[in-house]
Amino acid sequence: MKLIERFKQGKFVITCEVGPPKGIEIEKLINEVVPLRNKVDAFNVTDLQSSVLRVGSMATCRLLKDKDLEPIMQLTCRDRNRLGLQSDVLSAAVLGIENLLCLTGDHPTMGDHPEAMPVFDLDSVQLLSAVKGLMGAKDMAGNDLEGRPPEFCLGAVVNPGADPLEPQIMKMEKKVQAGAEFFQTQAVYEVDKFALFMEKVRHLNVPVMAGIVFLKSPAMAKFMNANVAGIHVPEEIINELASVGKEKRVEKSLEISARLITELKDLCQGVHIMSLGWERHISTVLEMAKL
Amino acid sequence: MLFTQNKPTEEVLESLGKEKNIFLLVCNGCAEACETGGEKALSAMKAELEKAGKNIASTALVDFLCNKVLVATRLAREMDKIKQVDSILVLSCGVGVQAVSKVVNKVVHPAANTVSLGGLQGLWPSDERCQACGDCALDYTGGICPITFCAKSLLNGPCGGAQDGKCEVDPEKDCGWQLIYERLQKVGRLENFKKIRTPRDHSKMLPSSELRKTSFYDIEV
Repeated sequence: MKLIERFKQGKFVITCEVGPPKGIEIEKLINEVVPLRNKVDAFNVTDLQSSVLRVGSMATCRLLKDKDLEPIMQLTCRDRNRLGLQSDVLSAAVLGIENLLCLTGDHPTMGDHPEAMPVFDLDSVQLLSAVKGLMGAKDMAGNDLEGRPPEFCLGAVVNPGADPLEPQIMKMEKKVQAGAEFFQTQAVYEVDKFALFMEKVRHLNVPVMAGIVFLKSPAMAKFMNANVAGIHVPEEIINELASVGKEKRVEKSLEISARLITELKDLCQGVHIMSLGWERHISTVLEMAKL
Repeated sequence: MLFTQNKPTEEVLESLGKEKNIFLLVCNGCAEACETGGEKALSAMKAELEKAGKNIASTALVDFLCNKVLVATRLAREMDKIKQVDSILVLSCGVGVQAVSKVVNKVVHPAANTVSLGGLQGLWPSDERCQACGDCALDYTGGICPITFCAKSLLNGPCGGAQDGKCEVDPEKDCGWQLIYERLQKVGRLENFKKIRTPRDHSKMLPSSELRKTSFYDIEV
Protein backbone atom coordinates (compact mmCIF):
# COMPACT_ATOMS: atom_id res chain seq x y z
CA MET A 1 0.00 0.00 0.00
CA LYS A 2 1.21 3.45 -0.82
CA LEU A 3 2.00 5.40 2.33
CA ILE A 4 0.06 8.41 1.08
CA GLU A 5 -3.15 6.37 1.47
CA ARG A 6 -2.50 6.17 5.22
CA PHE A 7 -2.19 9.94 5.46
CA LYS A 8 -5.37 10.32 3.42
CA GLN A 9 -7.15 8.10 5.93
CA GLY A 10 -6.22 10.72 8.51
CA LYS A 11 -4.05 8.29 10.39
CA PHE A 12 -1.05 9.39 12.44
CA VAL A 13 1.47 7.42 10.43
CA ILE A 14 4.32 5.47 12.00
CA THR A 15 7.35 4.30 10.11
CA CYS A 16 10.57 2.86 11.38
CA GLU A 17 13.98 2.46 9.93
CA VAL A 18 15.57 -0.87 9.15
CA GLY A 19 19.28 -1.13 8.39
CA PRO A 20 20.25 -4.26 6.44
CA PRO A 21 23.16 -6.27 7.84
CA LYS A 22 26.76 -6.22 6.73
CA GLY A 23 26.67 -9.82 5.63
CA ILE A 24 24.02 -12.11 4.26
CA GLU A 25 22.33 -13.32 7.42
CA ILE A 26 19.19 -11.25 7.24
CA GLU A 27 16.92 -13.52 9.32
CA LYS A 28 17.62 -11.61 12.54
CA LEU A 29 16.39 -8.36 11.02
CA ILE A 30 13.26 -9.97 9.62
CA ASN A 31 12.48 -11.68 12.92
CA GLU A 32 12.85 -8.41 14.80
CA VAL A 33 10.46 -6.46 12.62
CA VAL A 34 7.76 -9.08 12.00
CA PRO A 35 6.20 -8.50 15.48
CA LEU A 36 5.76 -4.83 14.51
CA ARG A 37 3.49 -5.72 11.59
CA ASN A 38 0.33 -4.21 13.03
CA LYS A 39 1.99 -1.43 14.96
CA VAL A 40 4.05 0.26 12.29
CA ASP A 41 2.66 1.40 8.93
CA ALA A 42 5.83 0.98 6.92
CA PHE A 43 9.52 0.21 7.18
CA ASN A 44 12.22 2.37 5.61
CA VAL A 45 15.04 0.21 4.37
CA THR A 46 18.25 2.22 4.20
CA ASP A 47 20.49 2.36 1.14
CA LEU A 48 24.00 1.71 2.46
CA GLN A 49 23.41 4.03 5.39
CA SER A 50 26.37 6.24 6.32
CA SER A 51 28.08 5.01 3.14
CA VAL A 52 28.86 1.66 4.80
CA LEU A 53 28.65 -1.44 2.61
CA ARG A 54 25.68 -3.65 3.49
CA VAL A 55 22.94 -5.76 1.92
CA GLY A 56 20.92 -3.61 -0.46
CA SER A 57 17.63 -1.90 0.17
CA MET A 58 15.72 -3.43 -2.75
CA ALA A 59 16.29 -7.07 -1.80
CA THR A 60 15.46 -6.36 1.85
CA CYS A 61 12.30 -4.49 0.84
CA ARG A 62 11.15 -7.51 -1.10
CA LEU A 63 11.81 -9.83 1.83
CA LEU A 64 9.73 -7.55 4.06
CA LYS A 65 6.96 -7.59 1.50
CA ASP A 66 7.00 -11.37 1.50
CA LYS A 67 6.29 -11.14 5.23
CA ASP A 68 3.39 -8.81 4.62
CA LEU A 69 5.26 -5.76 5.90
CA GLU A 70 5.07 -2.52 3.93
CA PRO A 71 8.53 -1.41 2.75
CA ILE A 72 9.80 2.06 1.81
CA MET A 73 12.85 1.73 -0.39
CA GLN A 74 15.47 4.39 0.24
CA LEU A 75 17.32 5.44 -2.85
CA THR A 76 20.41 7.66 -2.75
CA CYS A 77 22.33 9.40 -5.53
CA ARG A 78 25.72 8.40 -4.13
CA ASP A 79 26.43 5.15 -5.95
CA ARG A 80 24.54 5.09 -9.23
CA ASN A 81 24.33 7.34 -12.23
CA ARG A 82 20.98 8.07 -13.88
CA LEU A 83 21.01 4.77 -15.79
CA GLY A 84 21.53 2.75 -12.62
CA LEU A 85 18.99 4.74 -10.62
CA GLN A 86 16.25 4.56 -13.23
CA SER A 87 16.86 0.86 -13.72
CA ASP A 88 16.62 0.24 -9.98
CA VAL A 89 13.40 2.23 -9.83
CA LEU A 90 11.90 0.00 -12.53
CA SER A 91 13.25 -3.10 -10.80
CA ALA A 92 11.67 -1.99 -7.52
CA ALA A 93 8.31 -1.67 -9.27
CA VAL A 94 8.72 -5.16 -10.72
CA LEU A 95 9.29 -6.46 -7.18
CA GLY A 96 6.09 -4.81 -5.98
CA ILE A 97 7.71 -2.01 -3.99
CA GLU A 98 5.33 0.94 -3.83
CA ASN A 99 7.11 3.53 -1.71
CA LEU A 100 10.38 5.25 -2.55
CA LEU A 101 12.29 7.71 -0.41
CA CYS A 102 14.67 9.75 -2.55
CA LEU A 103 17.77 11.24 -0.92
CA THR A 104 21.10 12.76 -1.89
CA GLY A 105 23.00 10.32 0.32
CA ASP A 106 26.05 10.70 2.52
CA HIS A 107 29.40 11.28 0.85
CA PRO A 108 31.50 8.08 0.52
CA THR A 109 34.20 9.60 2.73
CA MET A 110 31.75 9.26 5.66
CA GLY A 111 31.75 5.47 5.44
CA ASP A 112 33.91 2.37 5.28
CA HIS A 113 34.97 2.78 1.63
CA PRO A 114 36.24 6.37 1.64
CA GLU A 115 38.24 5.70 -1.54
CA ALA A 116 35.06 5.14 -3.56
CA MET A 117 34.09 7.48 -6.37
CA PRO A 118 31.19 9.71 -5.34
CA VAL A 119 28.66 9.58 -8.18
CA PHE A 120 25.97 12.21 -7.51
CA ASP A 121 25.06 12.31 -11.19
CA LEU A 122 21.65 13.48 -9.97
CA ASP A 123 20.67 15.26 -6.80
CA SER A 124 17.61 14.44 -4.71
CA VAL A 125 15.37 16.94 -6.52
CA GLN A 126 16.42 15.64 -9.92
CA LEU A 127 15.97 12.03 -8.75
CA LEU A 128 12.38 12.79 -7.69
CA SER A 129 11.74 14.37 -11.10
CA ALA A 130 13.27 11.36 -12.84
CA VAL A 131 11.03 8.92 -10.93
CA LYS A 132 8.02 11.12 -11.62
CA GLY A 133 8.99 10.96 -15.30
CA LEU A 134 9.13 7.15 -15.22
CA MET A 135 5.69 7.18 -13.58
CA GLY A 136 4.59 9.12 -16.66
CA ALA A 137 6.08 6.37 -18.87
CA LYS A 138 9.09 8.45 -19.97
CA ASP A 139 12.72 7.95 -19.08
CA MET A 140 15.05 10.88 -18.45
CA ALA A 141 16.13 10.94 -22.07
CA GLY A 142 12.51 11.29 -23.12
CA ASN A 143 12.15 7.75 -24.42
CA ASP A 144 8.84 5.94 -23.92
CA LEU A 145 8.59 3.03 -21.52
CA GLU A 146 6.79 -0.01 -22.85
CA GLY A 147 3.53 -1.07 -21.27
CA ARG A 148 2.05 0.25 -18.06
CA PRO A 149 4.24 2.71 -16.13
CA PRO A 150 5.41 2.12 -12.54
CA GLU A 151 3.42 3.67 -9.70
CA PHE A 152 4.99 4.91 -6.50
CA CYS A 153 4.38 7.07 -3.49
CA LEU A 154 7.42 9.34 -3.31
CA GLY A 155 8.97 10.55 -0.11
CA ALA A 156 11.85 12.86 0.69
CA VAL A 157 13.75 14.16 3.69
CA VAL A 158 14.28 17.52 5.33
CA ASN A 159 16.43 18.67 8.23
CA PRO A 160 14.35 20.98 10.44
CA GLY A 161 17.34 21.63 12.71
CA ALA A 162 19.54 23.04 9.95
CA ASP A 163 20.97 26.48 10.49
CA PRO A 164 20.22 28.46 8.40
CA LEU A 165 16.85 26.80 7.87
CA GLU A 166 15.73 28.76 4.82
CA PRO A 167 17.83 26.89 2.21
CA GLN A 168 16.46 23.59 3.59
CA ILE A 169 12.91 24.84 3.21
CA MET A 170 13.59 26.18 -0.28
CA LYS A 171 14.94 22.79 -1.27
CA MET A 172 11.93 21.14 0.36
CA GLU A 173 9.70 23.29 -1.84
CA LYS A 174 11.58 22.09 -4.90
CA LYS A 175 11.16 18.49 -3.75
CA VAL A 176 7.41 18.98 -3.47
CA GLN A 177 7.39 20.54 -6.92
CA ALA A 178 9.38 17.56 -8.22
CA GLY A 179 6.89 15.05 -6.80
CA ALA A 180 7.56 14.38 -3.11
CA GLU A 181 4.32 13.43 -1.33
CA PHE A 182 5.58 13.08 2.22
CA PHE A 183 8.63 14.05 4.27
CA GLN A 184 10.59 12.39 7.01
CA THR A 185 12.86 14.55 9.13
CA GLN A 186 16.17 14.32 10.91
CA ALA A 187 15.82 13.48 14.62
CA VAL A 188 13.85 16.04 16.60
CA TYR A 189 14.46 16.75 20.30
CA GLU A 190 13.34 20.36 20.50
CA VAL A 191 9.59 20.45 20.16
CA ASP A 192 9.31 24.27 20.14
CA LYS A 193 11.84 24.60 17.34
CA PHE A 194 10.04 21.88 15.38
CA ALA A 195 6.74 23.70 15.83
CA LEU A 196 8.29 26.79 14.24
CA PHE A 197 9.55 24.69 11.37
CA MET A 198 6.08 23.22 10.83
CA GLU A 199 4.69 26.73 10.77
CA LYS A 200 7.13 27.66 8.01
CA VAL A 201 6.25 24.68 5.82
CA ARG A 202 2.50 24.72 6.38
CA HIS A 203 1.97 26.32 2.95
CA LEU A 204 3.36 23.19 1.28
CA ASN A 205 0.45 21.17 2.57
CA VAL A 206 2.44 17.96 2.63
CA PRO A 207 2.58 15.36 5.43
CA VAL A 208 5.66 15.59 7.64
CA MET A 209 6.87 12.77 9.87
CA ALA A 210 9.08 13.86 12.75
CA GLY A 211 12.26 11.83 13.21
CA ILE A 212 12.72 10.00 16.50
CA VAL A 213 16.10 8.57 17.41
CA PHE A 214 16.31 6.58 20.65
CA LEU A 215 18.96 8.06 22.93
CA LYS A 216 20.91 5.11 24.23
CA SER A 217 23.21 7.07 26.53
CA PRO A 218 24.21 10.61 27.51
CA ALA A 219 27.44 10.02 25.57
CA MET A 220 25.49 9.24 22.42
CA ALA A 221 23.52 12.47 22.80
CA LYS A 222 26.71 14.48 23.23
CA PHE A 223 28.26 12.74 20.25
CA MET A 224 25.29 13.59 18.04
CA ASN A 225 25.32 17.20 19.22
CA ALA A 226 28.94 17.50 18.20
CA ASN A 227 28.88 15.47 15.00
CA VAL A 228 25.45 15.12 13.42
CA ALA A 229 24.20 17.97 11.29
CA GLY A 230 21.00 19.56 12.52
CA ILE A 231 20.61 17.43 15.66
CA HIS A 232 20.53 19.17 18.99
CA VAL A 233 19.68 17.28 22.15
CA PRO A 234 18.99 19.89 24.85
CA GLU A 235 20.98 19.78 28.05
CA GLU A 236 17.83 18.98 30.11
CA ILE A 237 17.25 15.76 28.18
CA ILE A 238 20.89 14.70 28.52
CA ASN A 239 20.74 15.39 32.25
CA GLU A 240 17.46 13.54 32.60
CA LEU A 241 19.00 10.47 30.97
CA ALA A 242 22.14 10.78 33.09
CA SER A 243 20.08 11.11 36.29
CA VAL A 244 19.31 7.39 36.43
CA GLY A 245 21.63 4.45 36.96
CA LYS A 246 22.70 2.26 34.06
CA GLU A 247 20.13 -0.43 34.90
CA LYS A 248 17.29 2.08 34.46
CA ARG A 249 18.74 3.76 31.40
CA VAL A 250 16.75 1.87 28.77
CA GLU A 251 13.52 2.57 30.58
CA LYS A 252 14.36 6.27 30.90
CA SER A 253 15.38 6.51 27.27
CA LEU A 254 12.12 4.96 26.10
CA GLU A 255 10.20 7.29 28.38
CA ILE A 256 11.93 10.31 26.80
CA SER A 257 11.14 9.08 23.28
CA ALA A 258 7.52 8.37 24.16
CA ARG A 259 7.16 11.82 25.66
CA LEU A 260 8.64 13.43 22.54
CA ILE A 261 6.20 11.50 20.36
CA THR A 262 3.29 12.60 22.52
CA GLU A 263 4.39 16.23 22.30
CA LEU A 264 5.00 16.06 18.54
CA LYS A 265 1.78 14.25 17.77
CA ASP A 266 -0.35 17.35 17.39
CA LEU A 267 2.25 19.18 15.33
CA CYS A 268 2.80 16.78 12.46
CA GLN A 269 1.29 13.88 10.55
CA GLY A 270 3.46 11.03 11.73
CA VAL A 271 6.71 9.89 13.28
CA HIS A 272 9.66 8.10 11.76
CA ILE A 273 11.49 6.02 14.35
CA MET A 274 15.19 5.35 13.90
CA SER A 275 15.83 2.82 16.63
CA LEU A 276 19.47 2.03 15.72
CA GLY A 277 19.42 -1.58 16.89
CA TRP A 278 16.69 -1.11 19.51
CA GLU A 279 13.96 -2.48 17.26
CA ARG A 280 12.81 -4.66 20.16
CA HIS A 281 11.86 -1.54 22.12
CA ILE A 282 9.74 0.12 19.42
CA SER A 283 6.43 -1.42 20.47
CA THR A 284 7.01 -0.43 24.12
CA VAL A 285 7.59 3.18 23.11
CA LEU A 286 4.49 3.19 20.92
CA GLU A 287 2.43 1.81 23.80
CA MET A 288 3.85 4.41 26.19
CA ALA A 289 2.93 7.10 23.65
CA LYS A 290 -0.55 5.57 23.38
CA LEU A 291 -0.21 4.86 19.67
CA MET B 1 45.16 27.78 -21.27
CA LEU B 2 41.45 27.51 -20.55
CA PHE B 3 39.08 26.77 -23.36
CA THR B 4 35.77 28.49 -23.46
CA GLN B 5 32.87 28.54 -25.87
CA ASN B 6 30.19 31.19 -26.11
CA LYS B 7 26.88 30.36 -24.53
CA PRO B 8 24.02 30.67 -27.05
CA THR B 9 22.81 34.29 -27.27
CA GLU B 10 19.31 33.23 -26.19
CA GLU B 11 20.72 31.76 -22.99
CA VAL B 12 22.69 34.96 -22.25
CA LEU B 13 19.61 37.10 -22.91
CA GLU B 14 17.46 34.84 -20.76
CA SER B 15 19.91 35.14 -17.88
CA LEU B 16 19.95 38.92 -18.20
CA GLY B 17 16.17 38.88 -18.07
CA LYS B 18 14.74 42.32 -17.54
CA GLU B 19 18.05 43.90 -16.63
CA LYS B 20 18.62 46.90 -18.86
CA ASN B 21 21.94 48.51 -17.95
CA ILE B 22 24.79 46.11 -18.37
CA PHE B 23 28.48 46.37 -17.66
CA LEU B 24 30.50 44.27 -20.10
CA LEU B 25 33.64 42.88 -18.53
CA VAL B 26 35.87 41.04 -20.94
CA CYS B 27 38.95 38.89 -20.49
CA ASN B 28 41.86 39.47 -22.79
CA GLY B 29 43.72 36.30 -21.84
CA CYS B 30 42.83 32.70 -22.78
CA ALA B 31 39.33 33.87 -23.69
CA GLU B 32 40.82 36.17 -26.33
CA ALA B 33 42.55 33.17 -27.90
CA CYS B 34 39.28 31.26 -27.88
CA GLU B 35 37.49 34.28 -29.32
CA THR B 36 35.06 34.35 -26.42
CA GLY B 37 36.97 37.34 -25.03
CA GLY B 38 39.16 40.18 -26.31
CA GLU B 39 38.27 43.26 -28.37
CA LYS B 40 36.47 41.34 -31.09
CA ALA B 41 34.18 39.43 -28.74
CA LEU B 42 33.52 42.63 -26.80
CA SER B 43 32.28 44.50 -29.89
CA ALA B 44 30.28 41.50 -31.07
CA MET B 45 28.56 41.06 -27.70
CA LYS B 46 27.94 44.81 -27.38
CA ALA B 47 26.25 44.86 -30.81
CA GLU B 48 24.25 41.74 -29.99
CA LEU B 49 22.98 43.12 -26.68
CA GLU B 50 22.18 46.54 -28.12
CA LYS B 51 20.21 44.82 -30.84
CA ALA B 52 18.22 43.14 -28.06
CA GLY B 53 17.50 46.53 -26.49
CA LYS B 54 20.10 46.51 -23.74
CA ASN B 55 22.11 49.53 -22.71
CA ILE B 56 25.82 48.80 -22.42
CA ALA B 57 26.61 51.30 -19.72
CA SER B 58 30.32 50.65 -19.78
CA THR B 59 32.92 48.08 -20.74
CA ALA B 60 36.32 47.01 -19.51
CA LEU B 61 38.96 44.72 -20.89
CA VAL B 62 41.22 43.01 -18.36
CA ASP B 63 44.23 40.93 -19.35
CA PHE B 64 43.55 38.03 -17.02
CA LEU B 65 40.16 38.05 -15.32
CA CYS B 66 41.19 35.00 -13.34
CA ASN B 67 43.67 37.15 -11.45
CA LYS B 68 41.65 38.47 -8.54
CA VAL B 69 44.14 41.23 -7.65
CA LEU B 70 44.25 42.44 -11.23
CA VAL B 71 40.46 42.42 -11.41
CA ALA B 72 40.05 44.30 -8.12
CA THR B 73 42.62 46.92 -9.12
CA ARG B 74 41.19 47.43 -12.56
CA LEU B 75 37.58 47.58 -11.37
CA ALA B 76 38.36 50.05 -8.59
CA ARG B 77 38.38 52.71 -11.31
CA GLU B 78 34.98 51.55 -12.57
CA MET B 79 33.18 51.28 -9.26
CA ASP B 80 30.99 54.34 -9.79
CA LYS B 81 29.77 52.95 -13.09
CA ILE B 82 29.36 49.44 -11.72
CA LYS B 83 27.16 50.73 -8.92
CA GLN B 84 24.78 52.18 -11.50
CA VAL B 85 24.32 49.07 -13.65
CA ASP B 86 21.90 46.18 -13.13
CA SER B 87 24.49 43.49 -13.65
CA ILE B 88 27.85 42.53 -15.09
CA LEU B 89 28.15 40.22 -18.06
CA VAL B 90 31.52 38.50 -17.89
CA LEU B 91 33.18 37.21 -21.03
CA SER B 92 35.70 34.77 -19.61
CA CYS B 93 36.17 31.29 -18.21
CA GLY B 94 34.42 30.16 -15.02
CA VAL B 95 37.41 31.16 -12.91
CA GLY B 96 37.14 34.72 -14.24
CA VAL B 97 33.43 34.91 -13.40
CA GLN B 98 34.13 33.71 -9.87
CA ALA B 99 36.96 36.24 -9.48
CA VAL B 100 34.59 39.05 -10.44
CA SER B 101 31.84 37.87 -8.09
CA LYS B 102 34.40 37.73 -5.31
CA VAL B 103 35.51 41.34 -5.71
CA VAL B 104 32.28 43.07 -6.75
CA ASN B 105 29.00 43.05 -4.92
CA LYS B 106 26.88 42.84 -8.04
CA VAL B 107 24.98 40.20 -10.01
CA VAL B 108 27.34 38.50 -12.47
CA HIS B 109 26.39 36.50 -15.55
CA PRO B 110 28.76 34.21 -17.43
CA ALA B 111 28.75 34.60 -21.22
CA ALA B 112 30.71 31.42 -21.90
CA ASN B 113 30.96 27.79 -20.94
CA THR B 114 34.35 26.50 -19.87
CA VAL B 115 34.98 23.21 -21.63
CA SER B 116 38.57 22.37 -20.86
CA LEU B 117 41.30 23.56 -18.56
CA GLY B 118 43.77 22.49 -21.22
CA GLY B 119 46.77 22.81 -18.91
CA LEU B 120 47.27 25.90 -16.80
CA GLN B 121 44.26 26.82 -14.75
CA GLY B 122 44.39 30.52 -15.34
CA LEU B 123 46.27 32.63 -12.84
CA TRP B 124 44.16 31.92 -9.81
CA PRO B 125 44.85 28.36 -8.75
CA SER B 126 43.51 28.91 -5.23
CA ASP B 127 40.16 28.01 -3.65
CA GLU B 128 37.88 29.09 -6.50
CA ARG B 129 38.17 26.56 -9.24
CA CYS B 130 36.50 25.41 -12.40
CA GLN B 131 35.93 21.83 -13.54
CA ALA B 132 35.22 22.86 -17.11
CA CYS B 133 31.77 21.29 -16.92
CA GLY B 134 30.81 22.92 -20.22
CA ASP B 135 27.52 24.27 -18.87
CA CYS B 136 28.40 27.20 -16.63
CA ALA B 137 25.91 27.55 -13.78
CA LEU B 138 27.51 30.61 -12.20
CA ASP B 139 24.66 32.78 -13.40
CA TYR B 140 22.19 30.81 -11.31
CA THR B 141 24.37 30.57 -8.22
CA GLY B 142 25.54 34.16 -7.88
CA GLY B 143 29.05 33.53 -9.16
CA ILE B 144 29.99 30.72 -6.78
CA CYS B 145 30.49 27.37 -8.49
CA PRO B 146 28.24 24.56 -7.15
CA ILE B 147 30.29 21.97 -9.01
CA THR B 148 33.57 22.75 -7.29
CA PHE B 149 32.35 24.26 -4.02
CA CYS B 150 29.91 21.48 -3.12
CA ALA B 151 31.54 18.13 -2.32
CA LYS B 152 28.61 16.41 -4.06
CA SER B 153 28.35 18.96 -6.89
CA LEU B 154 24.68 19.38 -6.07
CA LEU B 155 22.71 21.73 -8.30
CA ASN B 156 19.50 22.30 -6.35
CA GLY B 157 20.58 23.28 -2.87
CA PRO B 158 22.41 21.88 0.13
CA CYS B 159 22.26 18.29 1.33
CA GLY B 160 21.41 17.76 5.00
CA GLY B 161 25.01 17.14 5.95
CA ALA B 162 26.41 20.61 6.57
CA GLN B 163 27.01 21.60 10.16
CA ASP B 164 27.69 25.16 11.33
CA GLY B 165 28.13 26.10 7.69
CA LYS B 166 30.83 23.49 7.15
CA CYS B 167 30.84 20.55 4.76
CA GLU B 168 30.21 16.98 6.00
CA VAL B 169 33.26 15.84 4.06
CA ASP B 170 35.70 18.34 5.53
CA PRO B 171 34.82 20.47 8.55
CA GLU B 172 37.51 22.93 7.45
CA LYS B 173 35.64 23.57 4.23
CA ASP B 174 32.65 25.88 3.90
CA CYS B 175 29.36 24.41 2.68
CA GLY B 176 29.25 25.63 -0.93
CA TRP B 177 25.48 25.91 -0.87
CA GLN B 178 25.53 28.03 2.24
CA LEU B 179 27.93 30.42 0.47
CA ILE B 180 25.65 30.42 -2.58
CA TYR B 181 22.60 31.07 -0.41
CA GLU B 182 24.31 33.97 1.37
CA ARG B 183 25.58 35.39 -1.89
CA LEU B 184 22.18 35.21 -3.61
CA GLN B 185 20.63 36.86 -0.59
CA LYS B 186 23.25 39.62 -0.70
CA VAL B 187 22.71 40.38 -4.39
CA GLY B 188 18.93 40.06 -4.09
CA ARG B 189 18.63 36.98 -6.29
CA LEU B 190 17.33 34.37 -3.87
CA GLU B 191 14.62 33.54 -6.38
CA ASN B 192 17.31 31.81 -8.48
CA PHE B 193 17.51 29.16 -5.78
CA LYS B 194 13.86 28.30 -6.30
CA LYS B 195 14.32 27.25 -9.91
CA ILE B 196 14.79 23.54 -10.37
CA ARG B 197 18.06 23.02 -12.16
CA THR B 198 17.92 20.02 -14.51
CA PRO B 199 20.59 17.29 -14.46
CA ARG B 200 23.95 18.02 -16.01
CA ASP B 201 24.81 16.93 -19.53
CA HIS B 202 28.12 15.22 -18.91
CA SER B 203 28.82 14.96 -22.61
CA LYS B 204 29.42 18.71 -22.54
CA MET B 205 32.61 18.07 -20.63
CA LEU B 206 34.17 16.41 -23.63
CA PRO B 207 36.09 18.91 -25.75
CA SER B 208 34.65 18.99 -29.25
CA SER B 209 36.58 17.48 -32.12
CA GLU B 210 37.02 20.99 -33.55
CA LEU B 211 38.65 22.03 -30.33
CA ARG B 212 40.93 19.01 -30.32
CA LYS B 213 42.07 19.88 -33.81
CA THR B 214 43.22 23.38 -32.91
CA SER B 215 46.96 23.80 -32.60
CA PHE B 216 46.90 25.37 -29.15
CA TYR B 217 44.83 22.54 -27.73
CA ASP B 218 47.23 20.06 -29.25
CA ILE B 219 50.25 21.78 -27.79
CA GLU B 220 48.73 21.70 -24.34
CA VAL B 221 48.08 17.97 -24.36
